Amino acid sequence: MAATTVSHNKAKRGSGQSSPRGSRRRPGLPDENARAGFGRRLRRDLQAHAFMIGAVLCFGFFSWYPMVREVIMSFQKTKRGETTWVGWKNLETVWNDPGFWPAWRNTMQFTLYALVIGFAVPFVIAIVLNEFRHAQAYLRILVYLPVMLPPVAGVLLFKYFYNPEYGLFNHILHFLHLPEQAWLDSSSTAMISVVIAATWMSAGGATLIYLAALQNVPGELYEAADLDGAGLLSKIWHITIPQTRPVLSLMLLLQIVATMQEFTNVYLLTGGAGPENSTGTVVYMVYQYAFRYDSFGSASALGLIMLVVLGGFSGLYARLSRNSD
Amino acid sequence: MAANQPQQRTLISAAALNRPRGKLIYWTVLSLTVVVFTLVFLGPLYWMVSGGFKSAQEVLQNPPTLFPKDPKPGTYKTAWSQLKIARLLFNTMYYAFGALAFQLVFDVAAAYAISKLRPVLGNLILGMMLATLMIPAAVLIVPQYLTVLDLPLLHINLIGTPWAIWLPTVANGFNIFLLKRFFDSIPEDLMSAAAIDGASPLRTLWSIVLPMSRPILGVVSIFAVVNVWKDFLWPMLVQPDTDKQPINIGINSLSQGVPQNVLIAALAISALPTIAIFLLFQRNIMSGLTAGSLKG
Repeated sequence: MAATTVSHNKAKRGSGQSSPRGSRRRPGLPDENARAGFGRRLRRDLQAHAFMIGAVLCFGFFSWYPMVREVIMSFQKTKRGETTWVGWKNLETVWNDPGFWPAWRNTMQFTLYALVIGFAVPFVIAIVLNEFRHAQAYLRILVYLPVMLPPVAGVLLFKYFYNPEYGLFNHILHFLHLPEQAWLDSSSTAMISVVIAATWMSAGGATLIYLAALQNVPGELYEAADLDGAGLLSKIWHITIPQTRPVLSLMLLLQIVATMQEFTNVYLLTGGAGPENSTGTVVYMVYQYAFRYDSFGSASALGLIMLVVLGGFSGLYARLSRNSD
Repeated sequence: MAANQPQQRTLISAAALNRPRGKLIYWTVLSLTVVVFTLVFLGPLYWMVSGGFKSAQEVLQNPPTLFPKDPKPGTYKTAWSQLKIARLLFNTMYYAFGALAFQLVFDVAAAYAISKLRPVLGNLILGMMLATLMIPAAVLIVPQYLTVLDLPLLHINLIGTPWAIWLPTVANGFNIFLLKRFFDSIPEDLMSAAAIDGASPLRTLWSIVLPMSRPILGVVSIFAVVNVWKDFLWPMLVQPDTDKQPINIGINSLSQGVPQNVLIAALAISALPTIAIFLLFQRNIMSGLTAGSLKG
């Protein structure tokens, strides 16, 4: 702890205080500022920085500095208040941890299931709702209702439904003469159960965004397609999807980045690891390192790996969107 | 803005819908959707509210009862006092509206300064703020926690104080982005007119910019409150004391050993305030959320 504070000061000086000092050295902006006297320009500048100081301090303390510290800590180890530089050792520890690949597998599984269910379902719902001339407001409110629940209410409610003995879902399966499931208690169904609960709680947000995007699709395109005798599916494929592509790809990226950071649903539904470690995600592993084993170095190293992987997704998105234009 | 015009052309033409076969299909699909959606989205909520009225045995009964046999409103009372829901709800509101106030003051001021006062290094600071959008929040949890544990330079421990929740929410690149872009669209003429009349930047912000910015302030406010309302891992780490926890963490940590029917009643109560707010302001909330996320 004590040794890391040295690096604080350095980081802080770099980000927070450089702006007022720089203001004296560099000339002001053109036009109106050029006409103003030096003193007035300085005053105006100081005033502007006074407006920014609250946000800059908050960014500095809670965003910029932790970013720098994240990288530094990945290469450090703190034992009994003594911090030492250990180089790549933390990354090696994390890489060789038997839980490393299962955590990534579980995270990928969550992301993939969430894409199949959570990405497709809201889009289909939005397309169907957009066709309705009646009851649209009612359906819209219904879809959005679960989003307004505090996450704990939705998640614990689903935990109750998933109970193999008295849960609602097994009653329904029993009623339909289908085989009952162990849901969260079996390693083969635990993750999909988590995704179903998560999708129920969040589908409304994406649905509303898609609905708004669908309403911007020009109607003439559909009319032209009708004249050409296009069918329903070909209209969706050739008009609806291309017309909403910017929103779709943005949501896709946002969803991948969000689901790769899954923690809350897994933690509340299965306690984190789940049966035979079938639901422990990467963020859960970070949490374990930091707050169970007090190994902040390993936690940071794993965080750094995550940053690189997710950064890859962002880069991929940037390239895809540039190519499609 | 032509969004809500009734005759907007969609996938299926009005002519196709007016044919007898089209009408039949339309009404079948519509009624099926209404039934399925009601079951899927309202059903669990009904199960939650009715479960709160059931006795401890009835809630675990197999097969279950659709209606509580002998409704017991007392369960709600037990849940209210045993899980300290009033306290937890108050904490949640306290954190949410505190975070909102700090974000409105600091982020609006900063975005205004960057957009309209254009200080030296303003663009660099803007770039650094927007760069934080690229960093996944979960990556920073650990260093952020250590920062809050011992604030650099000041050496203050914020754990267990509301500051640990309020201040980090200000560091929100998305707010800065939304606000700055909105302020950019306010004509420069207005600003110079105010300056000629001798208005200070603060006065201009208060009397000219803010009244024009109501829509974007609404979006930022909804996001600010919803984010605190939805957050889990961060408040769990920085509020270890159950008396200070928001509802998400409090119910979970107090739920151990509580009978299932009491827990369900507690969940129903905790869901009530936001559901009520949502039903009252659903138009504003839904349009605000979509507008904000689309433009992002």
